[in-house]
Amino acid sequence: MHDIVIRIIQSRTSFTDFFRYLKKNKLAVMGLTIILSLILIAFIAPFIAPHDPLELNLNNRLLQPCEGYPLGTDDLGRCILSRIIYGTMISLEIGIVVVGITSSIGLVLGGFAGYYGGILDEIIMRVVDIMLSFPGIILALTIAGVLGPSLFNVMLALTLVHWTSYARVVRGSVLSVKEKEFVESARALGASNLYIMVHHILPNVIAPVIVMATLGMGHVILSAAALSFLGLGAQPPIPEWGAMLNSGRAFMRTAPSLTIFPGLAIMITVLAFNFLGDGLRDALDPRREAVT
Amino acid sequence: MLKYLLRRFLLVFVVVLGVTVVTFSVMHFTPGDPAEMIAIGRYGEDLTQKEIEWVRTTEGLDAPIYVQYGIWLNHLLHGDLGNSLITGDPVLSEILTRVPATMELAILSMILSLLIAIPIGIIAAIKQYSIIDNFSMIGALVGVSMPNFWLGLLLILFFSVYLGWLPVCGYGGFEHIILPAITLGTGMAAITTRLTRSSMLEVLSQDYIRTARAKGLSEKLVISRHALKNAFIPVITVIGLQFGYLLEGVVIVETIFAWPGVGRLLVDSIFARDFFMIQGCVLFIVIIFAFTNLLVDISYAYLDPRIRYQRRD
Amino acid sequence: MSLLQITNLRTWIPTRDGIVKAVNAVDLEIEDNEKLGLIGETGCGKSILGMSITRLLQPSTKIAGEIVYKGKDLLRLNEEEMRKIRGKEIAMILQNPTTSLNPVLKVGDQIAEAIRLHQGLDKRTARKEAIEMLESVKIPLPEKRANEYPHEFSGGMKERVMIAMGLACDPSLIIADEPTKGLDITIKMQIVKLMKEVTKQRSMLFITHDLGVAAKICDNIAVMYAGELVEYAKTDEIFKKPMHPYTQGFLNSLPNMGLKPIRGLSPSLIDPPSGCRFHPRCDYAEERCKNRHPEMLIIGNGHYVRCFLYD
Repeated sequence: MHDIVIRIIQSRTSFTDFFRYLKKNKLAVMGLTIILSLILIAFIAPFIAPHDPLELNLNNRLLQPCEGYPLGTDDLGRCILSRIIYGTMISLEIGIVVVGITSSIGLVLGGFAGYYGGILDEIIMRVVDIMLSFPGIILALTIAGVLGPSLFNVMLALTLVHWTSYARVVRGSVLSVKEKEFVESARALGASNLYIMVHHILPNVIAPVIVMATLGMGHVILSAAALSFLGLGAQPPIPEWGAMLNSGRAFMRTAPSLTIFPGLAIMITVLAFNFLGDGLRDALDPRREAVT
Repeated sequence: MLKYLLRRFLLVFVVVLGVTVVTFSVMHFTPGDPAEMIAIGRYGEDLTQKEIEWVRTTEGLDAPIYVQYGIWLNHLLHGDLGNSLITGDPVLSEILTRVPATMELAILSMILSLLIAIPIGIIAAIKQYSIIDNFSMIGALVGVSMPNFWLGLLLILFFSVYLGWLPVCGYGGFEHIILPAITLGTGMAAITTRLTRSSMLEVLSQDYIRTARAKGLSEKLVISRHALKNAFIPVITVIGLQFGYLLEGVVIVETIFAWPGVGRLLVDSIFARDFFMIQGCVLFIVIIFAFTNLLVDISYAYLDPRIRYQRRD
Repeated sequence: MSLLQITNLRTWIPTRDGIVKAVNAVDLEIEDNEKLGLIGETGCGKSILGMSITRLLQPSTKIAGEIVYKGKDLLRLNEEEMRKIRGKEIAMILQNPTTSLNPVLKVGDQIAEAIRLHQGLDKRTARKEAIEMLESVKIPLPEKRANEYPHEFSGGMKERVMIAMGLACDPSLIIADEPTKGLDITIKMQIVKLMKEVTKQRSMLFITHDLGVAAKICDNIAVMYAGELVEYAKTDEIFKKPMHPYTQGFLNSLPNMGLKPIRGLSPSLIDPPSGCRFHPRCDYAEERCKNRHPEMLIIGNGHYVRCFLYD
């Protein structure tokens, strides 16, 4: 009983501490603000975009930024700003779906591997080792390429590639938590495996997964944009940022804004997730550095 | 030490074997009939069912999948990666003609990134929380977040299109490699800077650093003699991992700059649906990656006397 | 004049959770050839006090007061002057030899490095001296061992290496921080014997939480609690006539005195208790102990105590 009380007190202080430290980290706060704004933009895209992102207008091809088109138009006369705004939705969607699925797979497989050990652990971790011995994007590129260019196949490929790192981290933390006294005592009290996993192990494993997932959002969005840029992902006329950069390449001389702005959007989004992820990691790090 | 190396060799072998299974499966579980695809590659779209069946028998595609894998692996071990479906040339020789260009680019980018990253990482760690530190850490984070394909385009836009100093793309003299190497090197430099810094910080907080200071060593000696060697042990690993990043990067950078390397060959074959060529490129890249990691482990063991003598867990 | 005179030393360390007031208004003196024991629980600030003397704490640490060594205030020296003191004049034997030795450098080189630096010897002579040092701390086969890495040494042997390293430049004062921690009893006694031998002609500040070891080595003992000294006396006097309730509790917690632990936990150094810092755990605590901070009292014959009981 005494142990449990101490644990609750510890977890509560670390929880409030955690937010205190996070709030102090200016970059993390900035990252979070940008992410929230992007989510908002994705939701209200139809109301703030000046034009329909798919609307062709061959009279207004490759315009420089002007009053009607703040960032100019592309080779088919579509409004670049509107396409970027709609692209927010696509990129966030890719990130959320892929990260959601991969982290869940990682939690389940890594959790089982770490908790039960034995042959199951051996098999899962060997598969992870083999998958991790591919440079990530090469495998995704091949899978997406062989399946045929489409946004869905890119997401599928990224999912197949990305679950491994979660599984590995989850397994590691499960292994370290498994031996702790509170798990032993719960087991002695006759708690079921499922109960122990959900009530004791999950709360201790979730923190590193959240950090990884935040950084993973940036990574997945970047990889998806790269694959689309190579022409393997989103196909025209979908306003995906990577695909926009790809189609803008041919018009670099006449319409540089087609090269500049979609890339800027990718970078800001990825940077925001990295800022937040870094901040989360520092705030969760038990070794708190001195501030001077 | 010998035991350790042997173990590592065995591990690389197992991993490479696993990789062949994955690569083989990716190719064979693709939608569509492989015999038809090979036939189309060879003889064009206009085919009869008979021709397709003929390809199926001659290529052994009617055998059970594990037999096919066995045959394929056997060929692989003899250096036979099949022939390109497009040109009909042997895959391996085509890859080998592309290797020098990729290596040139990879090595130059690596050197460039280390020249930037290691000094900045070390200085940032020594001057933790200073303006230099904050500035370089934000810079590194921006570098990590910057899509390399975008950076490549921006560099072309500025140095080639706007200033006209450097060629837009292509392979040739030194002026051709500058922009691709910067594009590839920047992202890597960003990652290595962060890791060098954190590794260095970790080492600087160790007790033996305090021991060194307690002896009255100057800060310069403390860092050069006691900290650097320890800090470089993890950095070496990272450089190994960076090689993976590099191999990812070449695919994109070679495509942007029309650089005739293995990465571009892979992308081109994907679009041409040249399956044997894709298979060959992927295997080639992964094997290079695996052996670089092995090499890194060996140098790791050399640097860290604790591993040199005992088996690492 | 004494070899080392510390007056009103305060060491404050800023952290993310607040300022750790690790050392508060400490006065101490070490005479030539004196062995002074500094004892207290883990986390009472005794190691920080030791490291304040040679200024080995992180730069953000605030150290105030005076630390006069051979007539010079160490706190007023610049970094360059301080470096010439470290290792040569005042050597430290830091705790935990496993982490305090550099894993990637040969043991002989780690000892020789200080010799080369302070005595300006060439590489080969310094190496010879280092081997002699290893011999003087009774490490068998010193020539062979000098070429080995720390992980090839056992715990006791590593401690000997640390001692050899500290003695390398023939310092006048040694600050030894828990050199017997974590060693089993036979090895511990060997190290104690060795420490006694090698410090015959030197002064030493011996930091430990092991009273038994302190009794064997030290002439005088200072007891530290929550960043403050609470009692100071000759070694046998402390054992025969402990005055501060904390010292009494500390003695009672020894295995041969009944193993009775002091109730409560050691206090935080960020937000220490008001009044007498020991009052929340003290059996004799009165009202004034909570509100007023007791001063150090002289109880004759060089025995000092910080407690209202003797007021």
